[in-house]
Amino acid sequence: MSAVLELRGLQGGYGGADILHGIDLSVGADEIVVVIGPNGAGKSTAMKAVLGLLTIRAGAVLLAGQDITGTPPDQVIGKGVSYVPQTGNVFVSLSVEENLEMGAWTRPAGARARIDEMYALFPDLAAKRRQAAGALSGGQRQMVAMAKALMVDPQVLLLDEPTAGLSPKYRGELFQTVRDINASGVPILMVEQNAKQALGVADRGYVLEGGRNRHEGTGADLAADREVARMFLGARADA
Amino acid sequence: MIDTPITIWASFGEFFVNRYLISGLVLGCIYALGAIGITLTFGILRFANFAHGEVMMLAAYLTFSVMVLFGMTGTQMDLPRLAVAALPLVAAIPAVLLTTGVMLGVDRYFYKPLRTRPTIVVVMASFGMMLMIRALVPIIWGPNQQSFVPGISRAQDYFGGAIKLHDKQVLILIGTVLIVAGFSYFLRYTRTGKAMRAVSDSPELARVTGIDVERVITATWIIGAFCAVAAGVFLAMNTQQLEVTMGFRMLLPMFAAAILGGIGRPVGAIVGGLIIGLAEELIAYPWMEVVGQVFWWLGNAAASPALASWGEAVFEANLGQPLISPGYKAGVAFAIMVFMLIVRPAGLFKGKVF
Repeated sequence: MSAVLELRGLQGGYGGADILHGIDLSVGADEIVVVIGPNGAGKSTAMKAVLGLLTIRAGAVLLAGQDITGTPPDQVIGKGVSYVPQTGNVFVSLSVEENLEMGAWTRPAGARARIDEMYALFPDLAAKRRQAAGALSGGQRQMVAMAKALMVDPQVLLLDEPTAGLSPKYRGELFQTVRDINASGVPILMVEQNAKQALGVADRGYVLEGGRNRHEGTGADLAADREVARMFLGARADA
Repeated sequence: MIDTPITIWASFGEFFVNRYLISGLVLGCIYALGAIGITLTFGILRFANFAHGEVMMLAAYLTFSVMVLFGMTGTQMDLPRLAVAALPLVAAIPAVLLTTGVMLGVDRYFYKPLRTRPTIVVVMASFGMMLMIRALVPIIWGPNQQSFVPGISRAQDYFGGAIKLHDKQVLILIGTVLIVAGFSYFLRYTRTGKAMRAVSDSPELARVTGIDVERVITATWIIGAFCAVAAGVFLAMNTQQLEVTMGFRMLLPMFAAAILGGIGRPVGAIVGGLIIGLAEELIAYPWMEVVGQVFWWLGNAAASPALASWGEAVFEANLGQPLISPGYKAGVAFAIMVFMLIVRPAGLFKGKVF
């Protein structure tokens, strides 16, 4: 299988003690891959390692087979990795349209046409294009954040807990949007707290714990796994 | 002696507008231009740049040197009156390049190496830079006061003599409007301008969006330098003198303007600058005279001789007395700043709170 994004035995942290103690992940073309695990498992940190925000001590990050370990963030984005942080993922004082323009910073050519594509994908945003992103509802902000990330036509999209803070209604819509984006040909790596729902849309999933791989399997297998259920799903029966 | 509302307005208008309002607006323009640089550095680089006033002072001296070099300081030149007054602005063009170079150099060698350290370290570095520039200028230009254009400036009549403006005031007002318009266009419609607002919003998000933050920082210094040159040259034109502490004396009102408008908000810096400038000038207006006149008029209108004579007494007692002595001018900006920090720390335009 040719992986779009691959993390091989990744160890590292934010300069101090290591947080990742050997993480292996891969995202294949057309896949939705979900990473779950308890707080402090290193899920978000693994994502930041891809972006070049971490000090890597061992292991490698490969993008379409090319080693990008330790590449600074602006270049990683330029190579086609897009990232939506969990919080603070829109420029609140910029309008919706300006947010999208900023998303295209590393690929300004064709940005205009791409913005129109985004309005087609997220029709709600078209009507609010001149509004400040900070004035939108949580769900709409999340749409702006995703559209902004899609502006570079990414090789892979990283989503850090996209449903955090959303109401159950919006959560369902968001997972549907994730599916739609994936169906349009964008592989997705997603960290999620709402494990059950997330595994429902995932092709494959990883369970991390203490900065290490714990389990992996198809979304359905993990959702059905007893231990995984006990660890994450039981406590979140509502999720 | 006072008699009708029309003469009240006439004396109020003439005196108030020409002696107080216009000088307040002109001072406000200078504060606004300086505060733009301070608020941009605060918003994008996240530190209070204490050296900004000194950069204004340095820019004025560089402009002066260009004028001396090209023989532009003499009044013997056969040029229209307004053109002579505008000579410092011509000389300011090369000064912009020099000042930008200095600011980028200072950032490269003094601030950039400290960028990952706690903010207070960079603030202290800028404090040191302030002292260095202020010590350096008298070494190069000498300790004595200088002037762009010697001689007495005379006000000209506008609108049939209703408004009297000095040439320098006309140039400062028009110049500020043009610079602010250009700057607003830049921030709103250009790619780099939008990126500046994005970085000011969230440097972390800007970074993971792929925005070249160093390029944005460079743009910030260039614009800050441009506005500092304008503010410094306008200040020297307005007071008709260049001296070593001119920038330092602007520092507090400029910070007050930036805080009043909201840190990181250029619009706020402009509005804040105008408010501080106006407030500093208007406190010295004999407002009790006006109060007396109003009560005298009300007393007459209500056929109440007691009220009218009381109003007249207030008027007589306060004739020509400033509401607050101009000696307290410097305290006004400070009072406004402290008041805002207590009541509304985010400022008028919802800036950052540190």
